[in-house]
Amino acid sequence: MHLPKYKLEKRLPPPLWFQILTPVIAVVISLLISSIFLLAIKQDPLQAYLYMFRGAVGSKFAFLEMLVKATPLILTGVAVALAFTAKFWNIGAEGQLYAGAFAATWVGIMNLPLPAPLYILVVVLAGFAGGAIWALVPGYLKARYKVDDVVTTLLMNYIMIYIVGGILSGPWRNPKTMYPASVEIAQNADFPKLIAHSRVHFGLVLAVLAVIALYFIVRRTRLGFEIRATGTNAGAARFLGINTLKTIIYVAMISGGIAGIAGAGEVAGVQYHLIQSISPGYGYDGIVIAMLGRLNPAGVLLSAIYFAMIITGAQVMSRSLNVPPYIASVIQGVTLLVMLAMLLSFEYRIRRER
Amino acid sequence: MSDFLTVTFWVGFLAATIRLATPLILATLGETFAERSGVLNLGIEGTMMFGALAAFLTTYFTHSLWLGVLAAVVSGMVFGLLMAFLAVTLGLSQHVSGLGITILATGLAYYLYRAVIGSPTVPPHVDSFNTLPIPLLSKIPVVGPIFFDHFALTYIAFLLVPVAGYVIYRTTYGLSLRSVGENPEVADSVGISVHKIRYSALIIAGALMGLAGSFFTLAEFNLFLFDIVGGRGWVSIALVIFANWIPVRVLWGALLFGGVDAIGLRLQGTSIGIPFQIYLILPYLLTIIMLILIARNASYPSAMLKPYRRE
Amino acid sequence: MEQLVGMKGVRKSFLRTVANDGIDFSVGRSEVVSLLGENGAGKTTLMRILYGMYTLDDGEIRIGGKTVDIGSPKDSIALGIGMVHQHFTLVRTLTVLENVILGLPSPKGFRLDYASARTRIKEISAKYGLEIDTEAYIWQLSVGERQRVEILKALYRDVNVLILDEPTAVLTPQEAQGLFKTLRILRDEGKGVVFISHKLQEVMEISDRIVVLRNGKVSGQQMKSETTKEELARLMVGRDIVELPAELTGTPKEALLSVSSLGAENNQGIQALKGVSFSLHAGEILGVAGVAGNGQTELEQVLCGVRSATSGSVRYHGQELANASPKEIIDAGIGRIPEDRMEAGLVLDLPLMENLVIEFFDKAPFSRGILLNYRAIERAAEELMREYSIKAAGVHEATRTLSGGNLQKVILARVLSRNPEVIIASQPTRGLDVGAAEYIHNKLLEQRERGAGILLLSEDLNEVIALSDRIIALYEGRIMGIVPRSKFDLEEIGLMMAGSTTEDGNAPSEV
Repeated sequence: MHLPKYKLEKRLPPPLWFQILTPVIAVVISLLISSIFLLAIKQDPLQAYLYMFRGAVGSKFAFLEMLVKATPLILTGVAVALAFTAKFWNIGAEGQLYAGAFAATWVGIMNLPLPAPLYILVVVLAGFAGGAIWALVPGYLKARYKVDDVVTTLLMNYIMIYIVGGILSGPWRNPKTMYPASVEIAQNADFPKLIAHSRVHFGLVLAVLAVIALYFIVRRTRLGFEIRATGTNAGAARFLGINTLKTIIYVAMISGGIAGIAGAGEVAGVQYHLIQSISPGYGYDGIVIAMLGRLNPAGVLLSAIYFAMIITGAQVMSRSLNVPPYIASVIQGVTLLVMLAMLLSFEYRIRRER
Repeated sequence: MSDFLTVTFWVGFLAATIRLATPLILATLGETFAERSGVLNLGIEGTMMFGALAAFLTTYFTHSLWLGVLAAVVSGMVFGLLMAFLAVTLGLSQHVSGLGITILATGLAYYLYRAVIGSPTVPPHVDSFNTLPIPLLSKIPVVGPIFFDHFALTYIAFLLVPVAGYVIYRTTYGLSLRSVGENPEVADSVGISVHKIRYSALIIAGALMGLAGSFFTLAEFNLFLFDIVGGRGWVSIALVIFANWIPVRVLWGALLFGGVDAIGLRLQGTSIGIPFQIYLILPYLLTIIMLILIARNASYPSAMLKPYRRE
Repeated sequence: MEQLVGMKGVRKSFLRTVANDGIDFSVGRSEVVSLLGENGAGKTTLMRILYGMYTLDDGEIRIGGKTVDIGSPKDSIALGIGMVHQHFTLVRTLTVLENVILGLPSPKGFRLDYASARTRIKEISAKYGLEIDTEAYIWQLSVGERQRVEILKALYRDVNVLILDEPTAVLTPQEAQGLFKTLRILRDEGKGVVFISHKLQEVMEISDRIVVLRNGKVSGQQMKSETTKEELARLMVGRDIVELPAELTGTPKEALLSVSSLGAENNQGIQALKGVSFSLHAGEILGVAGVAGNGQTELEQVLCGVRSATSGSVRYHGQELANASPKEIIDAGIGRIPEDRMEAGLVLDLPLMENLVIEFFDKAPFSRGILLNYRAIERAAEELMREYSIKAAGVHEATRTLSGGNLQKVILARVLSRNPEVIIASQPTRGLDVGAAEYIHNKLLEQRERGAGILLLSEDLNEVIALSDRIIALYEGRIMGIVPRSKFDLEEIGLMMAGSTTEDGNAPSEV
């Protein structure tokens, strides 16, 4: 038997300062690693990061734009964090977002005779419902038949994206422009602007509410208790009387619903109509954000903002420097992997074998 | 509608099926190796995407198609190695490690493409593969064009099926592989190095996934497009389950999906009034239905998803 | 007789327990020697040292007259020692042939050589009476057949000494006879066989020599021809269990829990409980004595709602509880102290206070509507912590940080906080130090005073005898006898646990 030279052995949860410092270190290391790719195309990493920082929060305008970007990211981050807490691997936030956008648009272009606040509420509810229903299918399949949630939620993404594509080129195609995009939703359904002369909209309020809801649900309700128990040890939870099947279904629905609200927000707060590219991958970003934020509300909020900064910063930087904005995805990917590796240090320490 | 009844239609359709099945066969065989060793490799989509990019860029600059293929294979192996490090040595969650690699590899692919090529109005092309008609056989009416006039990569893919089968069922490596994926404790107890087997399986998987990626940019198309892999990596994940982790069945599964893909292509041209997205949805819908049906009876390699650590 | 293996002065400890305390043991050519003893006596540990899975702390091993150093199973196999474990080391989805050759280099290099392996296996098969279809998949085989494959694996590697750990635990009587036939052939062929068991009947049948272990030491050694079951039972359980404890006060009252003809299968699909019937009365402790693997675990699981009963019923206040969900059983008011503290009794990653109320979190005052009332939970948790002297930094501590004894106190505190009428306590003091064990015992006696009915399942015979008003002896899923305190006899109980019926040969009856 060949014994390994180094062994990972379980350890007790680390102190709080360690838990807070680790993501910060992960971010720093990721930026260092990502700078390799900048150097590879003969760009100065420091300059690039500086431009990114300025582009993200360097001016009032930039900061507000960053908030607009952060809105859907916070929502998908919360959605995924909730699901992952119960160990429901919801990779389908993107599809649920589209489902929510779809439902919100549907309600929005019906031109219902409702006053603004009510219509907005209806739009939000529709968004939630769309996402919830879309997540319910894989959730139920996992709970009842143990069908792998990773693959099903993933595949549902493609299905919903294509459904939206089909609807947009078909029945909802804008008759005036002939573009595959819907007509505008009713004015009363538009999310109001929070700050004049900016694109920051009501969705941000919903996002912050979602963060609070995440805290509240997980830490203060019975369902949250069941979620945490199911997520850490489903077998013990079942022995101790918790109905893990119901728990997973509820989690799927709420998680999908929140992602759906992200979709509704993009339609009613940013685009005012439904387009194919309503989301450039917010649902997938949510996964990285949730993991980076270690599934807790404050962490998710900070991660989402960090990501929004990187995305908007990279976009602005790419206009001045010859750096493709995709550096943002690279940084995201590296950050996730580095963070994962460092999270190991929360559970294990390295021991040299005798 | 009369379109459907002509021989030309069927010949074209079946040939397209075989052609479109190629990347699915390669990627799914690769994932089969990984999962047989007990590791779910969700980095498949990203690995394929980067393979496509690596193949394209290499061929673009060296004007050599096979160098491009080689680059794709090597890049795939690198990502396979990374996955092994994360999931086997560090024992991280296989789900998230794989997703992280897909996000990283895809982002890197787009980034490098933009950095190197920029955004010209007309995306650059390469001289992609021509089909390699097999002498004599390809001249047989009907059967010839269907089976014997394909890209070299397609022939390779089909040949790899029996090779994979042989390796898995008739070699000592294959026996060790199967035991590691089923019951690593038992494998360990008879002296097999679980870590070494998993590393090797993931590297093989990565190579095949990279190879699959090269098919998109060097054969099916002759340029690199964003989302050129179009989720086929994920379909492969489902196909592995459909094939019950058996190489021969991978072939049937890939052909089935290649067929659905081909139908979609054919019918896109015709104006039936149904948005063509329906045909795009079919493969994914079919996959989910398949997963449901199989869930009860799937013989997942029992050790999949559990990192092996000797306590 | 030539000595194949000689072990002298073997000592082995794990953390705080001494598993082997200066044991001498030998195996000779052409002999079947049995290692007899209860759970925890040290039999498996000793053989695992010989097989290289553990390293000894002290002592020496001689093989073929030479002192050897065994660091891993590979070493022991090379020295000609093979072992068939209780839990088979076979890969279910591979064939018999593939399992036997797994890990061995192939004569054909990287290609597998099925043909020559098949021939060789068939030879060994025929010689030792181990008929098996080499092309069958393990999952298709019965347990007895799987065991044959395990033996074939060892013989294929040319062992001289074969160790079998509780081999008949999973066999039908017929299969056991088939095994014995094989063991006799092995012996006649000059091999040494070590037969680890707790079953007197079989040990008497198959052994040439018997070594009895108790508490990590050799308590006696006998030649089969010179001893009796009774003597062996005595050596196994020992006279050093002091005087039978004082009379327990109080008389049990009405029956609370009625179990009749309960049947259940274990995870391998084998019948683990066969027609178990008994009733638990208020104010009594009903002890279930039995060696691990004879159905105690399955009985606990059925009564706790995590295993389905294939037959029979469990009635409590007119309610049928067999096949009820854990929640229904909790709500019925039954307290459950499970055997598996970490994977059933507690969710270790939750804070202490949540574990202290987890079974009742949906009831007032812990819940108000959909909200949890953490102040109430905290208060209740603090009180329980005080009452049960649970050593922890505070109720917000991660439960994982607590010591074994304190973890058990958490479960106890939670369960007893609702004053249950019926308590199912499974291995309540396993792994605990003397102080913690005593505490648990006192608490259980308190509950008995209070009028609760307690079903005590334990592999520690001392514990069962000290606490119970009546004892059920469980063997192979069947009740061998129910004995009232006034008639406790160590030897008799030991015999029943090891498979013999009561002296007068009567069927076990309700007492």
